[in-house]
Amino acid sequence: MNRLLALPIALPLAAAAMSILCGRWRAAQRVIGLVTLTSLVAVSAAVLIHVDTEGPLASQAGGWEAPLGITLVADRLAAIMLVLSLVMLLAVLVYAIGQGEAERDHVGFHPVYLTLAAGVSGAFLTGDMFNLFVSFEVMLTSSYVLLTLGGRRDQVRTGMTYVVVSLVASALFLTVLGFVYASTGTVNLADLSGRFAELPAATRQALALLVLVVFGIKAAVFPLFFWLPDSYPTAPMAVTAVFAGLLTKVGVYAIIRTQTVLLPADDRPGTLLLVVAGATMLIGVLGAIAQNDIKRILSFHIVSQIGYMVMGLGFFTVAGLAGALLYIVHHIIVKTTLFLTGGLVERLAGTGHLDRLGGLVRTAPLVAVLFLIPALSLAGIPPLSGFVAKLALVDAGVSTQEWAIVAVSLLVSLLTVFSMTKIWAGAFWGEVEASDGGRRLPVLMVAPTAVLTALGLAVALFAGPLYGLSERAADDLLDSTAYVQAVLGG
Amino acid sequence: MSIVLAAAAAGLFGCGTFLLLQRQLTRILIGLALLSHGANLFIVLAAGGRGDPTFAGGDDAASLLDPLPQAFVLTAIVITFGVTSFLLALAYRSWRLTGDDEVQDDIEDRLIASRWTAAEELADAELADAEHDAAHAGHRRDDRGAHAGGEPRHVDEDDR
Repeated sequence: MNRLLALPIALPLAAAAMSILCGRWRAAQRVIGLVTLTSLVAVSAAVLIHVDTEGPLASQAGGWEAPLGITLVADRLAAIMLVLSLVMLLAVLVYAIGQGEAERDHVGFHPVYLTLAAGVSGAFLTGDMFNLFVSFEVMLTSSYVLLTLGGRRDQVRTGMTYVVVSLVASALFLTVLGFVYASTGTVNLADLSGRFAELPAATRQALALLVLVVFGIKAAVFPLFFWLPDSYPTAPMAVTAVFAGLLTKVGVYAIIRTQTVLLPADDRPGTLLLVVAGATMLIGVLGAIAQNDIKRILSFHIVSQIGYMVMGLGFFTVAGLAGALLYIVHHIIVKTTLFLTGGLVERLAGTGHLDRLGGLVRTAPLVAVLFLIPALSLAGIPPLSGFVAKLALVDAGVSTQEWAIVAVSLLVSLLTVFSMTKIWAGAFWGEVEASDGGRRLPVLMVAPTAVLTALGLAVALFAGPLYGLSERAADDLLDSTAYVQAVLGG
Repeated sequence: MSIVLAAAAAGLFGCGTFLLLQRQLTRILIGLALLSHGANLFIVLAAGGRGDPTFAGGDDAASLLDPLPQAFVLTAIVITFGVTSFLLALAYRSWRLTGDDEVQDDIEDRLIASRWTAAEELADAELADAEHDAAHAGHRRDDRGAHAGGEPRHVDEDDR
């Protein structure tokens, strides 16, 4: 079973190579991409089921013992994230094929997309910090290419900011790795969890804080989020959808993983994280309210939503972490759906600018429904998935008596409703704007959007079992004995 | 730990940070390269003091050099190389498109920030315009030429 762990990284890389060889035949590239991602969804589902029943899986590449070699490890958290991200990648690939634009015009789209898949899987599965760095780089380098595919003027401009910010974060990450290695002599996460406990408290906290800053840039939390709303909107819609659903969440995953594995229970920066979470939520949603373009509004909402995930982590209780996980699951699905629907609107009306949109509820009722469900869910209206996830978080907050953050999170929910109504009123209600109308939407664009909307509803429907799974995953995180044992043996 | 190497790493970090704060992408690029060189040097330092070559240095494990950081640095150098060439391509593209490689501001962001002030200015301008027209109206009654002269200006403003 643990041999399977290498597949989500190796298979897409091999497929990317194949895809380059088939560069002349777009149909062949499509088949390769779809087959690879479909089979990986199956593999990752098998891993999730196995991990949930039998405990964490670990695999040592090349048979090198754990602290030295390359370790791949899947616990419940990693497996959940893996399944989800592969499903999203598959759905968005279908959408991109339907949409045409970037996918049709560039030989590089499929290979780079598959490399991105390898990077994302690698980041979830790796068991040491250096390979986390490498996976991040694989993922980010692919994202640079996808973001600037087409080389338009605005893409080059935003691409510069995005690439430079990411690279600064990477250089910082490398430096932190140097610090960690100098003080402990290892970068293996399981090994580090033991070694960190032996360090003086000040060193330990300084290192954890540096790690937090590095991943904070990637996850776009409060003082470090400025690059996101600027760079995401210029990419083709399918690409933005993948970025919005996955990239920042990989950062959140890395924050959750490092802050729980590295630090002993009494040393975790709970208050700091809660303050950061509150500021992230509030600033993100206020930024969203000021915007006037669908993509930009949704991009600011990503920032705001990251706050909720960090809030769940900040409690450092089983209930809090379980809430955060449920929120991540809900958010990845809903956010991707919203961006895909935004793409449908742009395709129909030729623009995403609210001033030039209107009356879509009459001209395209299906798109209106596909927008309304995830939008209400994002705002946390019962009985949708956002409500369930926010309820779990608020409940965790009440039980730890962190009233301030609970109040902020409820206020932000309200503001989220406001900004979603802005899109709704601007694009769907009102006078029908003169557009080149009557354009038909490709089935391949509508179908994945509809499937993801249904998936979002399913999260609400199966919230009980999902919460149970999140709770078990949270248990694993707070007590990392099983994780350490699976990696180091003994 | 060698003081010279540590000082070199610190110098690289310093120069890198300075260059990073410039607006030309080529300078930023060099800054980033220096920054990652600094980080790489730092990791080599993190390996500890000098020792025998790892795979040919004899059997005494205690006297051997720790090979792991060097493997890290090799990987990191390759990654930096790839990304640097991508950035160079991006800078070239930017130069082709705009004749410059300066990192520009977000226009949409500026637009939103200036929306309210712009609305006020527009209102002020219209007010001034109306006064202007009212002042001219007197002239127009006696002189039709002035009226004809005023026409193109209005067309310009409508276009804007």
